[in-house]
Amino acid sequence: MRPVRLALASVLLGVLGLAACGQAQDSAPAPSSAPSAAAASPSGAFPVTVQAANGAVTIAARPERIVSLSPTATETLFAIGAGPQVVAVDERSNFPAEAPKTSLSGFKPNVEAIAEHRPDLVVITDDVGGIVAELGKLQVPVLVEPSATDFDDAYDQITDLGAATGNADRARQVVDGMKQELDRLAAEAPKDKKLSFYHELDTTPYSVTSDTFIGRIYGLFGLVNIADEAPDTAGGYPKLSAEFVAKADPDLIFLATAKCCGQNRDTLAKRPGWSGLSAIKNDRVIGLDDDIASRWGPRVVDFAKTVGEAVRKASG
Amino acid sequence: MGVLRVPTPEPGPAAEPAAGPVTEPVSGPAAGPESGSVGGSAAGRATGPASGSEPGPTLAVTGSTAGPDPDPATGSVPGRVPDAAVEPVASPGTERDSGPASGTLFAAGGGVAIVPGWRRRVVPPLVAALVLAAAMTAGLLVGAADMPVGGVLLTLLDRLPLVSVDSGLSPVEQALLLELRLPRVLTAVVVGGLLAVAGAGYQGVFRNPLADPYLLGAAAGAGLTVTLAVVFLPGETGVVAVPVAAFAGAIGGVFLAYALGRTAGQGGGTATLVLAGVAVMSFLTAIQTFVQQLDVEELERVYAWILGDLGGSWEQLAMIAPYTIVSVGVMVLHGRLLDVLSVGDEEAAGLGVNVARVRLVVLAAASLATAAAVAVSGLIGFVGVVVPHVVRRLAGGSYRVVLPLSLVGGAAFLVVADLVARTVLAPAELPIGVVTAFVGAPFFVAVLRATRPVET
Repeated sequence: MRPVRLALASVLLGVLGLAACGQAQDSAPAPSSAPSAAAASPSGAFPVTVQAANGAVTIAARPERIVSLSPTATETLFAIGAGPQVVAVDERSNFPAEAPKTSLSGFKPNVEAIAEHRPDLVVITDDVGGIVAELGKLQVPVLVEPSATDFDDAYDQITDLGAATGNADRARQVVDGMKQELDRLAAEAPKDKKLSFYHELDTTPYSVTSDTFIGRIYGLFGLVNIADEAPDTAGGYPKLSAEFVAKADPDLIFLATAKCCGQNRDTLAKRPGWSGLSAIKNDRVIGLDDDIASRWGPRVVDFAKTVGEAVRKASG
Repeated sequence: MGVLRVPTPEPGPAAEPAAGPVTEPVSGPAAGPESGSVGGSAAGRATGPASGSEPGPTLAVTGSTAGPDPDPATGSVPGRVPDAAVEPVASPGTERDSGPASGTLFAAGGGVAIVPGWRRRVVPPLVAALVLAAAMTAGLLVGAADMPVGGVLLTLLDRLPLVSVDSGLSPVEQALLLELRLPRVLTAVVVGGLLAVAGAGYQGVFRNPLADPYLLGAAAGAGLTVTLAVVFLPGETGVVAVPVAAFAGAIGGVFLAYALGRTAGQGGGTATLVLAGVAVMSFLTAIQTFVQQLDVEELERVYAWILGDLGGSWEQLAMIAPYTIVSVGVMVLHGRLLDVLSVGDEEAAGLGVNVARVRLVVLAAASLATAAAVAVSGLIGFVGVVVPHVVRRLAGGSYRVVLPLSLVGGAAFLVVADLVARTVLAPAELPIGVVTAFVGAPFFVAVLRATRPVET
């Protein structure tokens, strides 16, 4: 699952729902101010209570059978040393390779399929179809960790998972490491040029504004996001007009459509009216790993490195 | 309609149109007293306009066969009210000479007036053409990229043969105009025209005012094949294959419905066909939903397609050009036969019309038109069902008028809708399917309120 793309899907669903009769269930990750680690206890002290998006969750003992239905959570769990405690991850959790991938779905979670793994903790991005209550009936604690909207949110989720799994210290180290690395990258980036960029989420073309988690990463580098000209009512994931992108002629183009849809400099050049874009002519089209570019776990740093590298090249 | 029929995460193009043929037509109750009092407006369109120009061999017989027994016709046409139908048909001789040819229903500014026939034949096409021209001009001048009006016009002028002017637009702006905006406007013209004329064709064939181009599973078929392409074809291939998949799926869906309808209802009327369409639609949509579940992360690509997109290119326009020409040509040429068909199967057969063949040909042409439109634009609802009705209300019910005017009117409507879609949130866009319903529905209601009922 690439949650950001799913978020986009839910935005589209929202549109559909509005157009129909407003009955679409808005599964878009709500901007959550809730998640913050309440656990001040040292690593390994249980029971522990964690503030997740679904409220305060108390975990009685150190979980040894974790089921992660969120690719971001999976990456985080393995990064903070909780990997050995994880017994199953969902079908989209493709990183790291050693994660015990199963056919479980985080999009349409099936309580019986999850229960078969006899979990003592389940992590998921959204409470789809009342899964939290269903697992609650089986006395399984669930942490809902939705798409992060900013860095603090992302850090909080890592800290949450650290506290919930008895790896609070490692989690803190990971967060500190991320902060340092992002600060360093931001400081190194040449900002005097005010380069503009276009981040392509979908070939239609959908993009992201600076108010989204992805947009904030670009913000670290002092880049100007052409999608910010879209009015707020278009949402954080506006469908831009191809004409506007061409006219804006961004210095850099980042493609989160590289893997899903095989987009690259050549395919962009073939789009009507785009062949003359300076980013295409100057070879400043950067293909992104859309998994990394849509998750909010520790690998955000990798995404930021790619962006920083591109900015350095373009400025140099 | 693409929008309206997808109320939940299940992209069910099935749900909405399914209601179509089954539900009682909205225009039914209103049709009675009014059309009767205006004098033959309802039934007049069956014989009247056709007789205006050339009283060919077919029409010479019209009166005699239609006269004795108008019931089969009225019975099979939902919403047709016997009173209105019987009167003019019962006296065919005088009716052909005096009635609809010399005076008929014409609405202007909310009033209803009897105007001379020539004005009815000249004014609506003229108005439609002007509206289309105005819409296209606006569509070319306005867009997310600000370009000076003069520069745009000069650039377009410059492209005409034997004309060479300096427009003052930069090469990038010229590319924008000629590679993005112009093909987009033309795509809207073609798609809008195709959907509207296909809708009119379907309404004629099924004699049902709620028939729309997606009635026989074109939308569901295309939805399924597009989903398959998106989910199973990797990378760029999956993007490029969408138009072809949509075209093939739309044709396949209709073909399936037709084959089923024929085997199910031996010699039966159009009802079996419609029901077969409903079955095919539900079935294909179910498969589509299942396939989507296999690859949740591509959901939004499928939904984006379902909502429609007019970001066309010259290549896409060229791709559907032959189908467009053939299907539109065939349908427009069948206007008179559809008029004859509307008096009822038996009567039409009595006039020497091969009812089954006319139906098949028009159905095939309308489906081809729908498939061509769906291939380049996804599912755009509302145009196909509403434009023909607006045309009927404003210009009368003869298919010889409705078909060509729907073509022009649909084109104008979609150009305007697209203009709205790309400007209200500029530089972001609204999905076109949202706009057609949002703009179209109030407009339709306004036209309904301002005019008198005309039969399908």
